[in-house]
Amino acid sequence: MLKINDLNVHYGVIHALKGISIEVNEGEIVSLIGANGAGKTTLLHAISGLIKSSSGNIVFNGEDITKKSARDIVILGLTQVPEGRRIFSGMSVEENLLMGAFLRKDKAEIQKDLENVYSKFPRLKERLKQQAQTLSGGEQQMLAMGRALMAKPKILLLDEPSMGLSPLLVKEIFNIIQEINRQGTTILLVEQNAKMALAIANRAYVIETGNIVLSGSGKELADSEEVKKAYLGG
Amino acid sequence: MKKNQFTFINLCWLVLIVFIYFLINILISLGVLNAVYQTVLVTVMINIILAISLNMIIGITGQFSLGHAGFMAIGAYSAGVALKLFSQSTGFYMGIALGMFFSGIMALIVAIPTLRLKGDYLAIATLGFGEIIRIIIQNMKVTNGAAGLVLTKVADWKIVFVFLIISILIILFFSNSAIGRACISVREDEIASETMGINTTKYKIMAFVVGAVIASIAGALYAGSFYVIKPDMFSFNKSIDILVIVVFGGMGSFTGSILSAIIIGIINTALQSFAGIRTIAYGIILVMIMIFRPKGLLGSYEFKLSKFLKGKEENQ
Repeated sequence: MLKINDLNVHYGVIHALKGISIEVNEGEIVSLIGANGAGKTTLLHAISGLIKSSSGNIVFNGEDITKKSARDIVILGLTQVPEGRRIFSGMSVEENLLMGAFLRKDKAEIQKDLENVYSKFPRLKERLKQQAQTLSGGEQQMLAMGRALMAKPKILLLDEPSMGLSPLLVKEIFNIIQEINRQGTTILLVEQNAKMALAIANRAYVIETGNIVLSGSGKELADSEEVKKAYLGG
Repeated sequence: MKKNQFTFINLCWLVLIVFIYFLINILISLGVLNAVYQTVLVTVMINIILAISLNMIIGITGQFSLGHAGFMAIGAYSAGVALKLFSQSTGFYMGIALGMFFSGIMALIVAIPTLRLKGDYLAIATLGFGEIIRIIIQNMKVTNGAAGLVLTKVADWKIVFVFLIISILIILFFSNSAIGRACISVREDEIASETMGINTTKYKIMAFVVGAVIASIAGALYAGSFYVIKPDMFSFNKSIDILVIVVFGGMGSFTGSILSAIIIGIINTALQSFAGIRTIAYGIILVMIMIFRPKGLLGSYEFKLSKFLKGKEENQ
């Protein structure tokens, strides 16, 4: 579904991604784990069209999206939940969700998806008219995910959904990710919380300073000595 | 139900506007508003137009522009030159149209490279641009250089009032549309907007151009109302004056801008007889207000007639 071949990204003279190749098949949850500064967010931004890659290509559903604008990529069905949630804090919860459907014109369908988001995140429904900045961290993460779902993505890119959340909330968020996946949305998950990310992943990649150093099924990686040592704390 | 309420509120606004119009008319015929106060009135109305157009760029879209006086100058000189070349009112309206056209083009030329900049850098770039416009005007023959143009008065307060209402309507229509929502999302978070598929550059440019076009209307009205236009009227200080109105009223609140333009107009008039301490007092008042209302008079809230009519029960 999503195939990245030999992708290179430079920030000025810094070579941030050094020939990354990964693949995400339809219906999968694929996790990408790695330390700070490994290039996880850069990779997601390159896929979403937020930054330009210097070489290599990104193919989504058979279409080359390497040079496409962020807008066209969202229209094709690829949406990102950015790191740190980045909700529109001055808008209400409802307005935030509707911004997610900004490019869509099908009013009836949007209403249906809104109901769908409420059923996944009942807490958002209770707070519809509330200003988004008054939400707790976990609720903000839910809002960011709900907003991305409003774009009706075929594949959802999640950047560190567990960031700054309590272990209980992390569990809840990961349950919701699995539920979204069961309902037919493919997931590419970027995480520092390697344990959780590997537990729910069909397949996973380990990224280190711009290179993919390991790949395999979620379980294989969770059992691998190298990963245990570097990311799971022994 | 909702639709009915909507049109009812609009009707109330219409009644209010007509009421204000006739109130001013009556006050003038009674002699309460003499020529001096009428000048103040026109100044305030022009300042409202400038403030709401800048508010759309700064408050709604979150782009810090310090070149607004430049666009005002384009409008003023377009009207001024057109007034010199053609007969009175035809020239004036042609001037307004020309000014809108030129400032729209100029805004586009400025916006495309500079709106990639953020915060302070954008402010510096737009500031420089405003000065460039002023200096070009100062050195052109048709604008009569630094001496400026002496014009006949063609716009009375009624014309200014009509353009004020038109400008408010254009800006409200713009900011309440999908475009306006996109602009607000750009202000809130650019990266998030982009991940939603919003072309942030496009909406920044749109807001900038519309704001500039409206500012040029204000400039043209100024030229038609005050006999003389000179390049140094449109210096950096003028941009700051407009910015003060916007910040004072609350960034992102149009009703706040209107209110603050009126209040600052009144303060300025009241202090006119104390020429020596005027700027000091003006500064102190602004500092006090920013201490007690750091987000401006209305913050980012809009005064809504619907809430006002429903009374306290709806206000939580």
